[in-house]
Amino acid sequence: MSSREDILNSIRGIQREPKPLPDVPDFRMNSDLVKQFTVSLTGNKAEVMDASAFESWIKTCGMNRIFSSVSGYKRLSTVTLPEDPHDLENLQLAILEGQFGVAENGAIWLEDAQLPHRAMPFITEHLVLVLSKERLVENMHQAYEKIGAAHSGFGLFIAGPSKTADIEQSLVIGAHGAKSLRVVLV
Amino acid sequence: MNTQTPHIGLFIPCYVDQFYPKVAIATLELLEKLGCKVSYPLEQTCCGQPMANAGYERDTVGTSRHFLEIFGEFDYIVAPSGSCVLHVKEHFPPISGMEKTQQEIHDRIFELTEFLTDVLKVEQLEGAFPHRVGYHASCHGQRGLRLASSSEMHISPFNKAKKLLENLEGLEWVELSRTDECCGFGGTFSVTEEALSIQMGKDRLEDHQQKQVEILTGGDMSCIMHLQGIASREGSPMKFMHVAEILNQATR
Amino acid sequence: MSHPQAAAEFLKDQVKAKWHDETLWFVRDKRDRISKTIPEWENLRNLASEIKDHTLSRLDFYLEEFEKNALKNGIQVHWAKDAEEHNRIVLGILQKNDCQAIVKSKSILTEECHLNPYLEKNGIEVVDTDLGERIVQFLNQPPSHIVLPAIHLKKGEISELFHEKLHTEKGNEDPTYLTQAARIHLREKFLKAKVAITGVNFGIAETGEFVVCTNEGNADMGVHLADVHIACMGIEKLIPRRTDLGVFLRLLARSATGQSVTNYNSHFRSPSPGKEIHVVLVDNGRTAQLAREKFRNSLKCIRCGACMNTCPIYRRSGGFSYGSTVPGPIGSILSPGLDMKKHSTLPFASTLCGSCSDVCPVKINIHEQLYEWRQEITKTHGELGKSLSMKLASGIFKSPLAYKISGNLMRSALKNLPKSLIYHPINSWGKGRNLPETPEMSFKDWFKRNRP
Repeated sequence: MSSREDILNSIRGIQREPKPLPDVPDFRMNSDLVKQFTVSLTGNKAEVMDASAFESWIKTCGMNRIFSSVSGYKRLSTVTLPEDPHDLENLQLAILEGQFGVAENGAIWLEDAQLPHRAMPFITEHLVLVLSKERLVENMHQAYEKIGAAHSGFGLFIAGPSKTADIEQSLVIGAHGAKSLRVVLV
Repeated sequence: MNTQTPHIGLFIPCYVDQFYPKVAIATLELLEKLGCKVSYPLEQTCCGQPMANAGYERDTVGTSRHFLEIFGEFDYIVAPSGSCVLHVKEHFPPISGMEKTQQEIHDRIFELTEFLTDVLKVEQLEGAFPHRVGYHASCHGQRGLRLASSSEMHISPFNKAKKLLENLEGLEWVELSRTDECCGFGGTFSVTEEALSIQMGKDRLEDHQQKQVEILTGGDMSCIMHLQGIASREGSPMKFMHVAEILNQATR
Repeated sequence: MSHPQAAAEFLKDQVKAKWHDETLWFVRDKRDRISKTIPEWENLRNLASEIKDHTLSRLDFYLEEFEKNALKNGIQVHWAKDAEEHNRIVLGILQKNDCQAIVKSKSILTEECHLNPYLEKNGIEVVDTDLGERIVQFLNQPPSHIVLPAIHLKKGEISELFHEKLHTEKGNEDPTYLTQAARIHLREKFLKAKVAITGVNFGIAETGEFVVCTNEGNADMGVHLADVHIACMGIEKLIPRRTDLGVFLRLLARSATGQSVTNYNSHFRSPSPGKEIHVVLVDNGRTAQLAREKFRNSLKCIRCGACMNTCPIYRRSGGFSYGSTVPGPIGSILSPGLDMKKHSTLPFASTLCGSCSDVCPVKINIHEQLYEWRQEITKTHGELGKSLSMKLASGIFKSPLAYKISGNLMRSALKNLPKSLIYHPINSWGKGRNLPETPEMSFKDWFKRNRP
């Protein structure tokens, strides 16, 4: 017997009473989404800015290996998209578009469509996510309602810069992934 | 069942009977002061908790049956111990032929403070106790019987003992930095994990000491026996009283 | 070493033990504060518990659903009955891809299966990429906590270790500096690895996808740069629907570290073109635990570690004192199911205070299961339990008074214990505690005199 059959058969052999699957309410609160989203991201050590603040930051940030896939900011790209993500090793800044954001925790949803390479938001030294103010939901329940059954090979919530507290619980930003996250709300 | 003058069977845990008779006396006197008719069945013994917690619940059929036989007839059973009440409610093995009595006792046995607040509906006790009091929540009372909201949960805060104590004239209720951490008694744990047990007790005491607690109180003498044992070894001047003693003394 | 011995050993370094307690309490406190900002917190715990209970009640169905949908997505699915088969499957995939070095993100399951030593024995270089896990890997230690693997170490120790392994400046203990050194060291590993291994936080039956949560981004760094992603998943990690993730992701990070969500929550559904994703579904004792009705719901665990942070025993004895892959309260109800003899002292390493059950985001009645395991263990390893009762008897009840009692009290209380035990010479009670003063008379005697 294969292990598959073996495992499934041993489970089938166990007497279990039926337990219902509950519906999940959406626990809506009607809070100020932009305000809550900003508070959450700031708490996650990300920075929230508007378009003009971003424009002035980009001029002074001193980065020259930039890739942007965001319409409106494509002009900022200084590198062309390589075929192999390993070649992004020295990328200083990636500017990507977020699909929508979640106010309760600052998480921003991206799928393959927003990711020229799945590795890009991780391998880049710094990350900027551009997101429309209109595309905020309150909590994770609404987030999954919004994602729905849409099929993407890969999707993720990013909620802040890469961080760790593995040394004595001291928070350090910039473990393996992006050392900073800026979120541009437009 | 007559709720006006209920007939109460007083259940005094074995170690309270032996080491802390004054706690039992205070419980009896307090209940009588509040208009209850209290009987103390002399044949009562240990509830069996030490054996059950050591993994021998199955060997407690005899003691459990004995308990059910003695206490089956009362309107309520009240004990100055959250831990022993929890044991009777949750950890008696099924006693064949006594299922009904077992269920009735499960529903009618109360720890002292919950009996006062939930059954007698005491809103406020008139009395004075001008001391700085730290409250040690016994885990079995707190999380087992839900005598107080536990700090882990997101529910409206409540504490049945606090409700009774805080209105006593002159009583200063001390907020601890860790409101409901275990003292490390834990029955058999206190001897099998001696080092941990002592460390936990010391840490709990330190919280009270740092808040200048004058009298440490609680609803379970087992925790207090442990804490007092450490304090007296350290030569600490802290005093220890059961909640029943404070309430009885204050309402004298 | 038994738990009591290991705990006593841990407590010898009083300063470090206090630091350990306070640091983990700080994490629990953060969890308390953030959970209290969510009005529906207790509702979420109920929902999470019910979803998991339901999933376990139909686990065979959901496993098949998951497999069917994962296959449709182009994921390769493997089944492993035990640790050994799991390890063989992983090695087979590595060999097929001619892979000599892998990167691995946090997976308690692979710890449980002892995958690292197995692969190393077969000539594969394994690099754990979670910072805490890399630190303990350098030391040849297992993680001491499932979320905070290196919580037993002070920065001075890590500084010395990194000086030796990564040639950092001697004496530089700055966590930022040390983390940066690890970043540079691990980046090189990420860029070279052809295969990356991850654990799985949640497998979703209806979509055949799985979710991996990290703060460091190490799982994603590994898998997106590698050609092959192997995800090792215990069969209990399933949930039925995507919408269920809303409940679990709200609970997980808040319970684990007191943050609102982990930084990276990656949903893997199909491999990138030209790449491979493998899922290894592992039993290794889980179906046996499922068959134990009283202990079944321990399989609801989502590995947040909150029960460790809250446990007054864990905080004061450290993860290694448990001698099991998953330490702390949840480990003490899982491990006896894997090897009852080896882990027989664990269910007794508790005061049954119940904090673990109240903190648990999926409402596992951990402390009640600890009690139940005691009942089981004494059936087969009776000596242990009996000696516990003995010690209690000799400790607390061995007072002069106990011998004077004329009534039947003590006889009844101790009637299940041999008489010789009452005279047991060990008095653990009195080592650090005084006995209560003996009153003139018992309450019973007082009552007889005063209320005739």
